[in-house]
Amino acid sequence: MTNIKVANLQHTYPNGVVAVENVDVEIKQGEQISVVGQNGSGKTTLVKHWNGLLKPTQGTVHIGELETSEHSVNVLARKVGYVFQNPNHQIFAASVQDELEFGLRNIGNSEEEIKEKVVAISEEFGLTEYLATNPYRLGFSLRKTVGMASIIAMEPDVIVLDEPTTGQDYLGIKAIRSSIKKLKEQGKTVIVVSHDMPLVAEETDRVLVMCDTNLIFDGTPSKLFSDQSILSQTNLLPPQITSFMQKVNIGVEGESFLSVDDALKAL
Amino acid sequence: MSVIKVENLTVQYAGEETNALDGVSFEIEKGEFVALLGAHGAGKTTLCLSLNGIVPNMINADMYGAIEVLGEVPPKIPVRQLAAKVGSIFDNPEFQMSQLTVFEEVALGLQNLGVDKDTIEINIKESLKLVGLEGFEERSPFEISGGQQQRLAMASALAMKPEILILDEPTSNLDPIGKEEVFSVTRSLNQEEGLTVVIAEHEVEVIAEFADNLILLENGRINEIGTPQEIFPKFVDYQEAIGVRVPQVTELATKKDNLFSGVPVTIEESFRMFKK
Repeated sequence: MTNIKVANLQHTYPNGVVAVENVDVEIKQGEQISVVGQNGSGKTTLVKHWNGLLKPTQGTVHIGELETSEHSVNVLARKVGYVFQNPNHQIFAASVQDELEFGLRNIGNSEEEIKEKVVAISEEFGLTEYLATNPYRLGFSLRKTVGMASIIAMEPDVIVLDEPTTGQDYLGIKAIRSSIKKLKEQGKTVIVVSHDMPLVAEETDRVLVMCDTNLIFDGTPSKLFSDQSILSQTNLLPPQITSFMQKVNIGVEGESFLSVDDALKAL
Repeated sequence: MSVIKVENLTVQYAGEETNALDGVSFEIEKGEFVALLGAHGAGKTTLCLSLNGIVPNMINADMYGAIEVLGEVPPKIPVRQLAAKVGSIFDNPEFQMSQLTVFEEVALGLQNLGVDKDTIEINIKESLKLVGLEGFEERSPFEISGGQQQRLAMASALAMKPEILILDEPTSNLDPIGKEEVFSVTRSLNQEEGLTVVIAEHEVEVIAEFADNLILLENGRINEIGTPQEIFPKFVDYQEAIGVRVPQVTELATKKDNLFSGVPVTIEESFRMFKK
């Protein structure tokens, strides 16, 4: 069980730029959260506080019982796994097998446990046939899968996915979505930082919207996509199906349709 | 008048067993806006790189068949020379930046072509205006937003007065504002300036609005060529097979055809075709 509690968070970079301020938010174990906003809004800065990559310059962040300013990334990473947007920033081993083993060994698994877990995770993510391959011989999409699998293998309670669908094609996106569903079933907290509104709409239950260093919205995707003032302030474009249902005036005030399946049921 | 003619084009990279492109044939007319669709590995990037000559001139590959771009045969002329007629934009704008200022960045390609100083200044001014970056001349290319960087990359290409723009997933690393900026500049270059546009792109909702024609690639071959209205409705049940999504309204209208007077691909069409 790892709940996240952010109280009065402010982060000022050494050059004096305030990236995040006045953020209060609590995330319970098992929630599916998305963090959205334009580049430069503070969303990545906020999220990097959740595995200790950044420490508050004011306020506090608790990961379960641990206050992040008092613990190293190494300790916090066991609770919160962070999957980078660009797998090249994360992957360094010479084979997929080594990459998957590295984190597991690092957090103190026995060689026997490592073996079992690598077999299981590579099956889950369709990586079995690539175990001996150098990750840099794989295409971007598969390399991204390796980055994700190596973090999930360590079984953190919370998994942060930074722009998981960027640069992915339809099948890559489908694979990522099904991983998110599986993590949800396992009771994990999944936090996606994303510009992909269909992903936000269909795979997460709660959206945090960052704008100019502030958290300006905390609610369901359904409410967000009906809130014209927040949408125009942040230049967020709802999924096409959501806009269609709004235009033809189907549904209730203040809520939105989030998927084609949703719309099909209502029509 | 066709500006791009490709006939039975086959490309095989050194050391690869399968062909990246396998007998591809099509023509593109002057002023057309054409989108390349397909899963990763379907051949979109290889096709873009063949049209601007980077394959096989800079990336080694065996090429068979015929390819003609604006009367030139790309494998037979230097990439730099073809770049004056065919501008290329890639998915990582920051990798294309090398200079200290926006002005120098745009000047670089022109200097390489040996263009005189006065023309360089005029072309830079015009091309920055076309992409909405007037006044950015002295800024560092590394300190502007991703959308601005990508528009700068477009300005660098435009300064050489190309007739064709090739864009390979130009928005995949941009936020929604950046995407919108790049799409709207691309559209106005096509509609106002008459440039021929070839773009590989996953954002099907945008493509449905902008493109005259789609080329759907699958395993290096052309599965289908046609307008968005012809192509998308056909593939509602085969999205997984071709690795390409169709617009959400197309899927909705196909599954609820009693409520629509036709199959829309854009939001405006969907609204118009919906029977109230």
